[in-house]
Amino acid sequence: MWQALSPDEWQVVRLTLAVAARAIGFGLPLAVATALLLSRQRFFGRGLLDTLVHLPLVLPPVVVGWLLLLTFGLRGPVGAWLFAHFGIRLVFTTSGAALACTVMSFPLMVRAIRLSLEAVDPALVQAARTLGAGPMDRLVSIVLPLALPGVVVGAIVAFAACLGEFGAVITFAANIPGQTQTLPLAIYAALQSPGGEEVAARLSLISVTLAIAGLTISEALGRRLRARIGR
Amino acid sequence: MIALRLRHRFERTTLDIDFNTPTPGTTVLFGPSGAGKSSIVLAIAGLLRADHTYVSVDGVVLADTDTHFFMPPEQRRIGVVFQDARLFPHMDVQANLRYGLRRAPAGPIRFDDVVALLGIKALLCRRPHTLSGGERQRVAIGRALLSQPRLLLMDEPLAGLDTPRKAEILPYLVRLKTMAALPIIYVTHALDELTRLADTVVLLEQGRAVVTGPLSDIAVRTGLSLAARDDAAAILTLRVSSHDPVRRLTLLEADGISLLVPMLNAATPTVRVRIPAREVILASAVPATISVHNVLQGVVRAVSQDHGRHQALVEITIGTATVLARVTADAVERLALTPGAPVLALVKSISIDILDA
Repeated sequence: MWQALSPDEWQVVRLTLAVAARAIGFGLPLAVATALLLSRQRFFGRGLLDTLVHLPLVLPPVVVGWLLLLTFGLRGPVGAWLFAHFGIRLVFTTSGAALACTVMSFPLMVRAIRLSLEAVDPALVQAARTLGAGPMDRLVSIVLPLALPGVVVGAIVAFAACLGEFGAVITFAANIPGQTQTLPLAIYAALQSPGGEEVAARLSLISVTLAIAGLTISEALGRRLRARIGR
Repeated sequence: MIALRLRHRFERTTLDIDFNTPTPGTTVLFGPSGAGKSSIVLAIAGLLRADHTYVSVDGVVLADTDTHFFMPPEQRRIGVVFQDARLFPHMDVQANLRYGLRRAPAGPIRFDDVVALLGIKALLCRRPHTLSGGERQRVAIGRALLSQPRLLLMDEPLAGLDTPRKAEILPYLVRLKTMAALPIIYVTHALDELTRLADTVVLLEQGRAVVTGPLSDIAVRTGLSLAARDDAAAILTLRVSSHDPVRRLTLLEADGISLLVPMLNAATPTVRVRIPAREVILASAVPATISVHNVLQGVVRAVSQDHGRHQALVEITIGTATVLARVTADAVERLALTPGAPVLALVKSISIDILDA
C-alpha cells in the first residue's frame, strides 16, 4: 500500500505532520503558561480567559476560522501589524494552517495540563519551600516534572487532533496543495474530483493509522512517565 | 534561644502560644492531638501566616507582625521533617538528599556523615516509592539536615509508623541529638519519644503552652499532666562514674545523687535514666540486709493526694535531683510525709530504665 502512494500523496502526509508539529511547538509553551495561570492564580478576568480558551471546543470550526481571518487576515488588526512590521503573512500559508490547528487544539492541551498540575501534591511544594526553593525553582524542579505525564499526553492528543483539523484550516488557510492542504483537506479535494475515491480511501487509511498510533503512543508514554514517579 | 509568640484564630479553636526555649538542645512540644502542635510547626517554618507572630532563632528574627516583617519559608533555613516524609517521587534518594544541600549556603553538615548517621547508604539509588515507611522517614530527616538548617523541626515523624519501625528510628534520633549542635523542635504525643529525646519540654493543652522547662523538672512536678499519669517517672541524666566487674554493677552519678545499676556494656560518658514513680519505696530507716542497692537520702518537697484512689504522689529532692514516689495514702500518714521531712527513697537497680543504651 505504501508503494501505492504517489509523490503528491506523500507530500500531503509530510505537510500534515509538519503543520501539526508546528502547531504543537508553538501552542505547548503557551498552553503550559495558560494552565499554570488558570490553576494557581486568582486574578481579574480569569473566568473570561477560561471561557476564551475553551471556546474552540464548542464553536463550529468554520466560525473559528472566520474569526482568525478577521483577526489575522491582511486587513485584520493583528495580521496587518504583523505584515507591516515583519512582513509575515498568515492567511493561505503553512504557518496559517498551523495557527488554525493551534487554536483548535489549545483547549485540549490546556485541560490535560491543568488537570495534571492540579494533581501535584501541594505538600511536596511546601517541602521544597522549606528546603530553600524559590517560586521559579519550585516550578521547574517540582511542579513541572510531576505534571510531565499530563503535559506529554496532552501534547500527543492535541497533535493527533491537529492531523484531522478541517473547518478552521480550510476557512483561514484555504486548500492549497503543498502549502495548506493537509490530510483531511486532501481527502475532501479527492472526493470532489471524479474518480478520486481510491485516493480518498488511501488517504483515509493513513489518517486512521496516524490517529491510532498517536493514541497508542500517548497511552504507553503516559504509563511509563507515571511509573517513573511511582504512581 | 528560640523565642515564639503566636496568636491565631482558627474556625473552631484559637492558638495562643508564648515560650522561649534554650539552644542548642531538643525542645519537645508535648500534648494531645488538637492541642495546636502542628500549627506551631507550620508557623515557625513560615507555611502558616498566623494573625500575630513573633519568631526568632538565636537572635535572627524570622517573623514579626508588629513590624510587618515576614521572611518567606524558602529563606528561613528551617529544616522540616513532616509526619508523611514528603520525599519527591520523581527523584531518587540521593537527589532528594541533595535537594536542600544544593540550595543551602556552605555549612558544617556533610553528606557522607548524614548518610552514615542514618544508615541510608544502601538506599541512595532507590526511588521513594520502593522504600518502607521507616526508610522514607530516615531519608526525610537526612534531607532536612543537609539543608544546613539553623533549626530542625520534626512534626510527629514517627506517628505514622508501627512499633517495630519506631524502635528502629528512635536510636537514630538520639544519635542525631549528639551529632550536630543543632537546635531541634520535636512535636509528639508519645511519652516514650518525649522521655528519650527532650532536653526542654513545652506542655501544650488546647492551643496554649501550659509550662516550659527542663524535662527533669517538668516530669516530676506534681500538678502537671506528666506527673499525673499512671506511668509518671523521674528522668535523670547521669555520668557513668565507674564499673565494678566483680559485682557486675555500674555506678552512675550526678550532683548529690548516685545510683547503682546492672553493669552497662555501652561506653557512653552519660546516660539518661527513667525511674518510675511506682517503683520507688519510701522508708524512715533501712533494714540491715536488703536487696535494694540504692538507698537515697532525701527531703520531701511536695505531697499530692489522690483522694479518689487513696494514693499520693510524693516529690523527693535528692541533691539537685528530684524523684517521684507513688505510695498509698496510709503510707503518707505512717511515715508522716510532709514537705520538709527527711525520707529515704529506695530504688531497685533493675527498676531503673536505661534510655540511651
